[in-house]
Amino acid sequence: MNFEHTEERRMLADSLNRFIAEQYSFEARDRIAQSAHGFSPEIWQQFAELGVIGALFRETDGGFGGAGFDIAVVFEALGRGLVVEPLLGSAVLAGEAIAAAGNDAQKAVLADIIGGTTIAAFAHDEPDTHYELARVLTRAERSANGWVLNGAKAVVLQGERADLFVVSARTAGAVGDEAGISLFLVSSKAPGLVVRGCPTIDGGRVAELSLNGVALDPGALLGVEGQGLAALERAIGRGVLALCAEALGAMEVAKAATLDYLRTRKQFGVFIGSFQALQHRMADLLLEIEQARSAVINAAAALDDADRLTRERALSAAKVSIGRIGALVAEESIQMHGGIGMTWELPLAHYAKRLIMIDHQLGDEDHHLQRFIALGRQTAA
Amino acid sequence: MDLNFTPEEEIFRNEVRTFLADKLPARLSDKVANGKHLSKADMQEWHAILNTRGWLANHWPVAYGGPGWSAVEKFIFEHECCLASAPRIVPFGVNMLGPVLIKFGNETQKRHWLPRILDGSDWWCQGYSETGAGSDLAAVSTTALRGHDAQGDHYIVNGQKAWTTLGQHANMIFCLVRTNREAKKQEGISFLLIDMTTPGVEVRPVITLDGVHEVNEVFFTDVRVPAENLVGEEDKGWTCAKYLLTYERTNIAGVGLSVAALQRLKRIAAQQMRNGRPLAEDPSFAARMARVEIDLENMKTTNLRMIAAVVGGGVPGAESSMLKIRGTQIRQEISSLNRRAMGPYARPFITEALEDDYTGMQVGPEAAASAAALYFNNRKLSIFGGSNEIQKNIISKMILGL
Repeated sequence: MNFEHTEERRMLADSLNRFIAEQYSFEARDRIAQSAHGFSPEIWQQFAELGVIGALFRETDGGFGGAGFDIAVVFEALGRGLVVEPLLGSAVLAGEAIAAAGNDAQKAVLADIIGGTTIAAFAHDEPDTHYELARVLTRAERSANGWVLNGAKAVVLQGERADLFVVSARTAGAVGDEAGISLFLVSSKAPGLVVRGCPTIDGGRVAELSLNGVALDPGALLGVEGQGLAALERAIGRGVLALCAEALGAMEVAKAATLDYLRTRKQFGVFIGSFQALQHRMADLLLEIEQARSAVINAAAALDDADRLTRERALSAAKVSIGRIGALVAEESIQMHGGIGMTWELPLAHYAKRLIMIDHQLGDEDHHLQRFIALGRQTAA
Repeated sequence: MDLNFTPEEEIFRNEVRTFLADKLPARLSDKVANGKHLSKADMQEWHAILNTRGWLANHWPVAYGGPGWSAVEKFIFEHECCLASAPRIVPFGVNMLGPVLIKFGNETQKRHWLPRILDGSDWWCQGYSETGAGSDLAAVSTTALRGHDAQGDHYIVNGQKAWTTLGQHANMIFCLVRTNREAKKQEGISFLLIDMTTPGVEVRPVITLDGVHEVNEVFFTDVRVPAENLVGEEDKGWTCAKYLLTYERTNIAGVGLSVAALQRLKRIAAQQMRNGRPLAEDPSFAARMARVEIDLENMKTTNLRMIAAVVGGGVPGAESSMLKIRGTQIRQEISSLNRRAMGPYARPFITEALEDDYTGMQVGPEAAASAAALYFNNRKLSIFGGSNEIQKNIISKMILGL
């Protein structure tokens, strides 16, 4: 038993934390998050040069990491800085789907993703999916020259700036069937693909996609026809861990800011931190955040577990914990800050928004609780 | 990071498992698993079995008869004992007084009292709390006046102790007593060992809301205690008290107890029916059960992280307050669900059904007899050992610096 990170991971975390502290002040982040692109191409290049993108990929895929604790270390640091660059969408989600399902020709693009020159996006959710993994309505039909896609994809991370999409589509079966889902690589320039972007409340931008008779050549099929679900689950599982670790980083900052406020803000002539009502709420937050950290550790340790049920249960358990605790930290931090907690100028408010919105990505607390229960029945059976 | 135990620790775990499989009497584990009452003889029997193996005083240094386990090994031992439904070690002599004597006692005291803890010659109870000094322990008002007469140096003790757990079985009590009224609250307290057969000691049972005689009041009227029974320095008993409390909190999370209780709950939820389906498939019940399971998995890792942080066999500081709060919340939630699983059969209350020799009528499922009583008994978890509110005060002061 050992709860220390390896030397390499500590160095990665240190350099990333330093970079974020120097280059990603709250003012800079706020400007970047509200910019036309929703992220900074310059900062993105620097992330690539620092090796942060590569740390999320295995050596066999051209990276130099890719284990659960690599993802956890990187995203905890990103959470501390509220980083909006497309590490989750391009590297973790789309990147893992390509790495898990792609053939050699398709995996060639991973080098450009790791280098930051190609941005990929993960287009799986649909307007009425509500986190259900197998609920795919978008259809792909065989044509004389390959495939034709029709459908819609929802809330795609940084979809406007993506060069390449991983798109899930049904090639067989009914809506909700686990079999019959296929993955495709779709260029952003493909005729019939319409991308409409919008900002999000927690910073950055997402896009809605319409696929209207998008024609693809046979080489666009990613993996085996009709068997895309396993790769989707692997990619989303890594994304869940990334989000949980990001939330942990954001919680730590929110905790520190709130604690600082309790120590410096005076009311009724005394520091508000001297009030037992607030002390107990702060003690609860500390305790819950330690539980969240344990949940992230459990998920990171299980990510590379060969046994699917062990892995997926730990991931869902972590997302349930993060969903509940993230909301608690966000709401309590705002409450304890009082009126100032309601303002845009206070960084804390943006951490709170991010914590709440993480619950809306890749399955919320309710979704993962039900999934945890269902997976538990499979374990028992 | 590596969440697995080392190969050596796995070997140790197997050793513990084998020991429990061989030496834990089924009669005792059945009683523990079904929430039945353990007699004094039951508890003494288990102590003797552990002592024969040298595993009873597992917090003690090797020099005094301890096994020399690391914090991880202690955790593993505790965990496996819980999973096997072993009786808990009665902590007062072994886990509380023992370490205090080893640290603060003189040679005569150690030579006399420590072996008697191990072989069961003495049954100790704890005289800390008073009606006016619960979580505010420094408010103790039981007095001990120093005197000298023909028979030698002694103290005359007057006062009253409360919540004396299993005191009805005890022949010895360790007490916090006030030896100086002039000094500040915490500076006039001494740590005194009192023979309960001395004239003037009276034990009165307190029946708790679950109908059980587990705790007592102990009254002292002009009780004469030889001065040699003072542990440490006079008026410096608070140091002993604080040291003892850190030991009380080392395994306070009760992860093993919760894991075992959750396993039992899952079995019950698979058998109990609601609307013709197992209760485990009821969405709201399943959701609460899943939440507590997730909290418990997190708690286990939090506990192991804190153990890993304790280097060289030290004792945890204020972090143990977090373990106490969350650990007791989890245990209370599991006992709530256990009670709810019984539906209307949680209400019948046949106290004799929890005794060994009960042959009367069974009402409802076997596990129903103890479900409500255990739930009510477990309300104590967030009150004793410093209430959870007091633990939050400690976190606030010691960790958050507020």
